[in-house]
Amino acid sequence: MMKKGEYSLSQQNNRREFCQGFKDGIPIGLGYFAVSFSLGILAKKAGLNPFQSFLASLLCNASAGEYAAFSLIMVQASYLEVAIITLIANARYLLMSCALSQKFKQGTSLVHRMIVGYDVTDEIFAISVSRDCFLNPNYTYGAIAIAAPCWATGTALGCLAGNVLPLRLVSALSVALYGMFLAIIIPPARKSKVVAGIIVICFVLSYLASILPVVSDISSGTRTIILTVGISAVAAWLFPRENQEVSDES
Amino acid sequence: MNHNIYIYILIMAGVSYAIRVLPLTLIRKQIKNQFVQSFLYYVPYVTLAVMTFPAITEATQSPIAGGVALVVGIIAAWFGASLFQVAVSCCGVVFLLELFL
Repeated sequence: MMKKGEYSLSQQNNRREFCQGFKDGIPIGLGYFAVSFSLGILAKKAGLNPFQSFLASLLCNASAGEYAAFSLIMVQASYLEVAIITLIANARYLLMSCALSQKFKQGTSLVHRMIVGYDVTDEIFAISVSRDCFLNPNYTYGAIAIAAPCWATGTALGCLAGNVLPLRLVSALSVALYGMFLAIIIPPARKSKVVAGIIVICFVLSYLASILPVVSDISSGTRTIILTVGISAVAAWLFPRENQEVSDES
Repeated sequence: MNHNIYIYILIMAGVSYAIRVLPLTLIRKQIKNQFVQSFLYYVPYVTLAVMTFPAITEATQSPIAGGVALVVGIIAAWFGASLFQVAVSCCGVVFLLELFL
């Protein structure tokens, strides 16, 4: 059983964990800053002001999720559509949180679980889940303390400077986000032929859906939802995962 | 009808937080259903792939630059470049190509 206040920052070992997390979070924060800048450019196109884009990033901490939601906000989609696309685009965090829940020492308080849950991203998840033994939440807090402000500030600056920068530079920066998506999906594709094949099929179907008559009239957000659920379901049916461990994936 | 940006943000934040905090607080055991587990495993790759192409070719001023950025990004990620490096290479390629295109 856990002693009360085991993870209190008044203890030296917890402060050490926090500092280690902060240190590991610095490269993550730098990457976030660059990527969120291009997210801010999109936020501006969607009609958000710098403060609103700062707020959205501070509260959501989700690249693909925010990207998808901003794209829908741009076309004044319904609140329900935004909720669904946020759910779909962030579905992987559900899986990561399931894996991360196994890393907590039995009896870790609800408060710690709720604070860690604030910033389960691909990168924070990756460094948290790869800690030896149980996760000391202070480690994750340290990483969040540097990464989350970088993410939010980058978005606000992108929104602010998007129209100050020359068009060519904006054009170049707007692919940063896609670069980040590629950095997430390609390494697993290298390890798994199934994932690689699925990604190719996604590219083809997504392209076809954007040019075929009737289908291309459906909004791009809805197309993303339909393609995601359809392709993932078929993939899960044809290629069920044997491995029950999720903690080493993504 | 005009939608309120703050309500949009609130919805995004609420959904994003719920997805993360519910498993952390409620689920103490691993998901056993193989189909659900497999489905959840594939979702991130499918959704990100669908959103990347052909959108990347539409984000840039010249579709060719976007297409080349896609190829460069895939190659960089394949050979183990970090998230930051992949993102920067994609940007760099577009910037250079659009000087000429």
